[in-house]
Amino acid sequence: MESLYLLIPVSVALVFAIGAVFWWALRSGQMEDLEGPAYRILADDDRPRPDDAPLPPENGDPATKRAPVDLDQKP
Amino acid sequence: MQSQATYNYKVVRQFAVMTVIWGIVGMLVGVIIAAQLVWPELNVHEYLSYGRLRPLHTNAVIFAFGGCALFATSFYVVQRTCHTPLFAPGLATFIFWAWQLVIVLAAVSLPLGFTSGKEYAELEWPIDLLIAVIWVSYAIVFFGTIGTRKTPHIYVANWFYGAFIIAVALLHIINSAATPVFAEGLLTPKSYSAYSGVQDAMIQWWYGHNAVGFFLTAAFLGMMYYFVPKQAGRPVYSYRLSVVHFWALIFTYMWAGPHHLHYTALPDWTQSLGMVFSLILLAPSWGGMINGIMTLSGAWHKLRDDPILKFLIVSLSFYGMSTFEGPMMSIKTVNALSHYTDWTVGHVHSGALGWVGMVSIGAIYYLIPRLFGKPEMYSVKLINVHFWLATLGTVLYIAALWISGVMQGLMWRATNADGTLTYAFVESVRASYPFWTIRVIGGVLYLAGMFLMAYNMFKTIASGKAVDNAPVLAPAGAH
Repeated sequence: MESLYLLIPVSVALVFAIGAVFWWALRSGQMEDLEGPAYRILADDDRPRPDDAPLPPENGDPATKRAPVDLDQKP
Repeated sequence: MQSQATYNYKVVRQFAVMTVIWGIVGMLVGVIIAAQLVWPELNVHEYLSYGRLRPLHTNAVIFAFGGCALFATSFYVVQRTCHTPLFAPGLATFIFWAWQLVIVLAAVSLPLGFTSGKEYAELEWPIDLLIAVIWVSYAIVFFGTIGTRKTPHIYVANWFYGAFIIAVALLHIINSAATPVFAEGLLTPKSYSAYSGVQDAMIQWWYGHNAVGFFLTAAFLGMMYYFVPKQAGRPVYSYRLSVVHFWALIFTYMWAGPHHLHYTALPDWTQSLGMVFSLILLAPSWGGMINGIMTLSGAWHKLRDDPILKFLIVSLSFYGMSTFEGPMMSIKTVNALSHYTDWTVGHVHSGALGWVGMVSIGAIYYLIPRLFGKPEMYSVKLINVHFWLATLGTVLYIAALWISGVMQGLMWRATNADGTLTYAFVESVRASYPFWTIRVIGGVLYLAGMFLMAYNMFKTIASGKAVDNAPVLAPAGAH
């Protein structure tokens, strides 16, 4: 089974590579907060803006954020 | 600030629209070949015969429909979750046009009979080289965007997309290794695989099953982990579980391939190894399925009147179903009955129509209004009709092939008291006709839903305007 002489080393190398990435993820704090990221994607408002709405400030200051578009409203 | 950076929606928009177009093409070819099995007279010409069209169908639905859906969603998700525009936008434009070229080349070369004979990797070597170039560009754009992210954390969906990009590059290069033959010139490409016999079979199914695992599973899970929470307006049930899901899945996926070669010349221990790894996969798969569905916990009422959410949640149900069925079918004693029968085809389609198709359709319905500046699709009612057509089509398809598959398996193994076979092969073919007819009906329903989607999409586009000014917002403060 010569093909296994290719596939098994590839798999072993891959496991080590995945292990290294896992180690990096662990050390660089990717798993420090395992709840916040789920909420953060919801805070990113990706609904289309009305044409005349001013661009929101870059710092995303909630006080000056535009009012959310009413999704139930028909155009 | 007037010079504020904007997200690159153009390439997302192009891929999103082509997802629907290629979906119709690929599924139409599927309906044609399903009809050819019931009415063999439909094999009107060598170019349009079953043997030539079948690889065209699989390539079109997996790489054209599924591929475009993955490019569209991954480019959208990586920008929005990293709060940064796409890295190397010129390269992204190249990826779009080059990928369309690959699809057109496939649609021409496969009916003409150019094939390397490897399932799901039939395209000849010049196209394979182009795919490799596109894939490297994809990795540069995707990981470049991750590298320039404005958030310290990389959202879990990006991990799934990233694993898919790396794994598919590796699979494609190893499996497509071949020696080209130049005798007849570049326009009639021909090549011989670098491997032969059972070695080739092992490499092929190592590729084949990992393509299922990383192209059709990991990547679409990335899609699921973004679009289900966004559409439901709720955080994923357990973010912690989603991270465990990711690492468990990629550490264990690589060795399920040999289950495609049970009872062949492959060494017995390799077959058993493939079976064991396939059974192990049940755990991370169901963890992810439960995590996705439970995201709706406490908000089940949203399913009542949100057809996009229906698509996404039902896709997860089919994902759970086929990732239970798959490990069961990899058990050697079950496989002795199911292998080479329609059961396998039914299983593949419960994953393809139910999981991959529905999660992509849901994600594209989410994206279209956002890409064309509309609050919602032109007709939400039509999305609902599409949902029921797709669900009914899928159920008819897989139920019919379960029955014909088990029937075929039982007929082939039935023996008389004196040891002779009870049925000739052709008797099992004749007994399958009613179920193949039901399959055609299921396929037609699913295809009809795609036509509704195209109509709905073009109406939305006609009344909307391409959004090219979506501002890149700084990420909200940490919670």
